Amino acid sequence: MSEWEPKIVAFLCNWCSYGGADLAGISRLQYPANIRIIRLPCTGRVNPKFILATLRHGADGVWVSGCHPGDCHYIKGNLYARRKFALLKNFLEYTGIIEPNRLHFSWISSAEATKFAEVARGVVDAVRAAGPAQHFIKKQAEVV
Amino acid sequence: MRAYTERIREAAKRLLTEKRVDVVIGFRKGTIPLVNEPFLVKDPKDADQLYWDGNCGVNLANYLAKRTDRVAVVAKGCDTRNIVVHLLEFQIKREQLYILGAPCHGMLDRRKIAGELKGKEPTFAEESDGTVKISGREFEVTLDRKEFLQENCSICIHRNPVLYDELVGDLVEEQQNVDRYVDIREIEALLPADRWQYFSKLVEPCIRCYACRNACPACYCPTCFVDESRPQWVGKSLDKTDTLTFHFLRAYHLGGRCTDCGSCERACPVGIKVRKFTKKLEKDIRELYGYETGLSVDERPPLDTYRPGDPEAFIK
Repeated sequence: MSEWEPKIVAFLCNWCSYGGADLAGISRLQYPANIRIIRLPCTGRVNPKFILATLRHGADGVWVSGCHPGDCHYIKGNLYARRKFALLKNFLEYTGIIEPNRLHFSWISSAEATKFAEVARGVVDAVRAAGPAQHFIKKQAEVV
Repeated sequence: MRAYTERIREAAKRLLTEKRVDVVIGFRKGTIPLVNEPFLVKDPKDADQLYWDGNCGVNLANYLAKRTDRVAVVAKGCDTRNIVVHLLEFQIKREQLYILGAPCHGMLDRRKIAGELKGKEPTFAEESDGTVKISGREFEVTLDRKEFLQENCSICIHRNPVLYDELVGDLVEEQQNVDRYVDIREIEALLPADRWQYFSKLVEPCIRCYACRNACPACYCPTCFVDESRPQWVGKSLDKTDTLTFHFLRAYHLGGRCTDCGSCERACPVGIKVRKFTKKLEKDIRELYGYETGLSVDERPPLDTYRPGDPEAFIK
């Protein structure tokens, strides 16, 4: 078990957080390599189905990041998303599908490379502390 | 209850003969006691089959989405709130509708009654003021109506229709000082692992018949997420993960749209308390955004709008 590394799926918006990740890379900022990035047009594109699917397929944590409120490329995508995420996070924790520190949200602009690296470290640490996800992963049928 | 029935029949006949509407949606007596069935009347001759008592729990708003004809519908408090949801979501136009508002005294839970009868088969049931008389072979009991209401009806705070063209009975007094979320708070107080246990156990008997979805007036998508196959977001198996995904997403889709009419629980053949999911969202939406579903046609639903200062303490 000592070799266990958390797997984290990050949904980043194309215009801000993905740019932030890019800048963090160009700036040679260090952050853990546990993050698998999926680029989306906007955080408003995130459907709860996506998050459940990642958890079902074995992700230990999920991170969704987009533009700061007011900076959305589509004017208000992240403002709708904010309401959606507030309910989603509460509901996921209420049903016990995830523990509180597995699902993370952030606003990171394309200029905030240091914030990106910082939040990435924070997310990885939190998920590492939570340990391997177990109960919501769909197990394959065993062949005897 | 007799009075309601008379007035519904009279209104149906009048509306159909005057050609104000093409169809009247109401209830008629079912083939077994304690179950009424939805009934669509197109000919005034059939209007005398219409019926009303405490077994009309099915939400008739379910029959309205995407209709193109003119419809009169008998609607309880929750039904009218679902009609408001339909209007907000452009599923039907107000001009098409003639709402026969039925102030509701709460609907009976036939499972609770069956539990009380302990296996005895009822053959006849009749309601009078505050009591239900049930009889069968060699037994007769009189039950207190209040004790045998559906769970959602006993905590209902909108019994009167919010929108109507005509009332079929006098407005009833709304219940005051009801704490709607006692059970939700109890679950919230559990540890995460215990909540997981609780919900895994809750959905364990689920046979994925989707009756809860079909009975729900707010579920009218042309392709439901459970029927999508490319990509397949919800597995079709009876695996716990798949079942819980279904219940989770079904409830989430109803965020800000569910009026707690109880149709889902009523329809469930294995008696899963699916409102334990939807009520949490109702509670959160009320606490976070101060919105209550289906009370006004002028306010957009909570997930279709936003405010600059929405809570975001959970976002880094």
